[in-house]
Amino acid sequence: MIDLNDVSKVYQIGTEKVRALDHATMHIYPREFVSIIGPSGSGKSTLMNIIGCLDTADAGVYKLDGIPIEDYSERQLAKIRNEKIGFIFQNFNLIPKLSAWENVELPLIYRGVRAAERSERVRSALERVGLLNRARHLPTELSGGQQQRVAIARALVTRPSLILADEPTGNLDSRTSREIIDILHELHEQGNTVVLITHDNDIARQAKRSVHILDGRLSEVQL
Amino acid sequence: MIMSLKMALRSIGSNKLRAVLTMLGIIIGVMALVVLVSIVNGATRTVTDQMASLGNNYVQAYVWGYGKKVVTMSDLNEWVESEPLIEAVAPDAQSDSMAKYGSKSQRMTIRGTTPAYYDINGLQLAAGRFIKNSDIQNGSRVCILGPSAVDALVGYTDCVGDELSLDGLRYTIVGVLGKSESLMYSGYGENVVYIPYTAMIRQFPNVAEGITSFYATAPEGTAMAEAEAAVRSFLAEKVGQDDWGNDNYYVYSMDVMENAMGNVTNVLAILLGGIASISLIVGGIGIMNIMLVTVTERTREIGIRKAIGANRGTILRQFLLEAVVLCMMGCAIGIFLSWCILRLASVVVAEMSMSFTLSGTVVLLSVIFCFVIGVVFGLYPANKAAKMKPIDALHYGG
Repeated sequence: MIDLNDVSKVYQIGTEKVRALDHATMHIYPREFVSIIGPSGSGKSTLMNIIGCLDTADAGVYKLDGIPIEDYSERQLAKIRNEKIGFIFQNFNLIPKLSAWENVELPLIYRGVRAAERSERVRSALERVGLLNRARHLPTELSGGQQQRVAIARALVTRPSLILADEPTGNLDSRTSREIIDILHELHEQGNTVVLITHDNDIARQAKRSVHILDGRLSEVQL
Repeated sequence: MIMSLKMALRSIGSNKLRAVLTMLGIIIGVMALVVLVSIVNGATRTVTDQMASLGNNYVQAYVWGYGKKVVTMSDLNEWVESEPLIEAVAPDAQSDSMAKYGSKSQRMTIRGTTPAYYDINGLQLAAGRFIKNSDIQNGSRVCILGPSAVDALVGYTDCVGDELSLDGLRYTIVGVLGKSESLMYSGYGENVVYIPYTAMIRQFPNVAEGITSFYATAPEGTAMAEAEAAVRSFLAEKVGQDDWGNDNYYVYSMDVMENAMGNVTNVLAILLGGIASISLIVGGIGIMNIMLVTVTERTREIGIRKAIGANRGTILRQFLLEAVVLCMMGCAIGIFLSWCILRLASVVVAEMSMSFTLSGTVVLLSVIFCFVIGVVFGLYPANKAAKMKPIDALHYGG
């Protein structure tokens, strides 16, 4: 599914070059639940951006479903993000002007799904995260946990093959964190590939497999 | 598309004060354009209407047959009956004569004509009457004095019923003309005496050969150019060309004057419209400015949209549509306010018999213009938004 081969990414910060990813090699198979763990500044966000097709590598080859990402045009990448990947961010990244319902609906609009089917799918996605009764609320009217659940609904409404969660519990208290993790477990059990990025060992332990990242280098760890 | 439109409207609605302030430039620009051009159009219409109402919508023809081919009064009468484009004709025969009233003598221009001449030239009677049909039939020796002729020969207006002599023949004065409002009529500088055309033929043998000049009018609603063409074809048939291939006639119409007037006002309208367009462009720059601010403010939103599958085209369309919608809303408000202003102005100047109406052409023009401005000035900010990298946009400001 995900095939990183010798991928490097260098950032220029001031005069200093920061090697965010250093010859990273990793494979993730379909239907896996993998956590990527590392302290802040270790390059895990960069890894997530590359896996999520938000950024491209400087060197090395990243294959998603067997096809090298460099071969895609901007338009095709947008389509891949829309169809194959569901993002869950630490700070939720909901659009503040749109209601929960509209936020969840947006990726389907971009995909060009017809109104009737759209409404059906948004309903079931919100139902899944238990927020159907708050569909008309704006993100600012929802609690952090609720916002993250809206974000999860938005990620899974497109039925992506890969769910990419970047510190999904970073801004949440432990009780709501557990709720979110439970939802991720459910998604995994239903056949999704889930990649969870975190700095928290306890959270990482939830996954069947863990990859450790430090200074841009990856290593498998047994938990 | 409808979704994008809804999104654009919501985005504009989310900051109403800013939207209104941004639109203000467009509103003022549209108002300047529509109001100025409509006022010029209204004023032009009033002036041309007044010109038309003065009875000067005639075609004038000069004929020189050199005795070979002539146009007679009966030719003219027959032609008027059969030609739908011509309503009335009046011959204008001229001669020179010594007029004598009491003991005073004065050289006068004598014009022999028919009753139709009065309306065609928009004359005004100060006293008495003009030539009548019975005068024509009988060749009555009656005359009407022009205002300068009265001054020169009689000295007072109250001379109807008196007699004067023209080259020794006695004529009864039946009417006196006052100063006409007609702008175009040239006969006032001269000492003119009008007599029936038939009386003229009897007394002045040189006139009998044929009509040398006549006026013709078209029925209301006929274009002067068409009437002019009808006169031309009539004369081409009657007198044609001379041995050297030159026309034996010359036709002149008030159309020429109207066109000249039209040209002047068109230039005026274009000039004012041009100035107003500048303010529209300034308004467009205001839109671009605000759109750039909006794009920066919404960098994060752009990032989110891109992450969940919006491509460059989607983002471009979204922001472009927002700019265009902003422009078109400003345009609509501007047109509405212009309509209000014109209604108000019409009430104020109603006494001057002017009226201003919203010209459809100008409205259409300003709508198209606003659309183009929206696209042109929206394109740069929209493109800036579309080009953002999702990763940079997502991490903007935290």
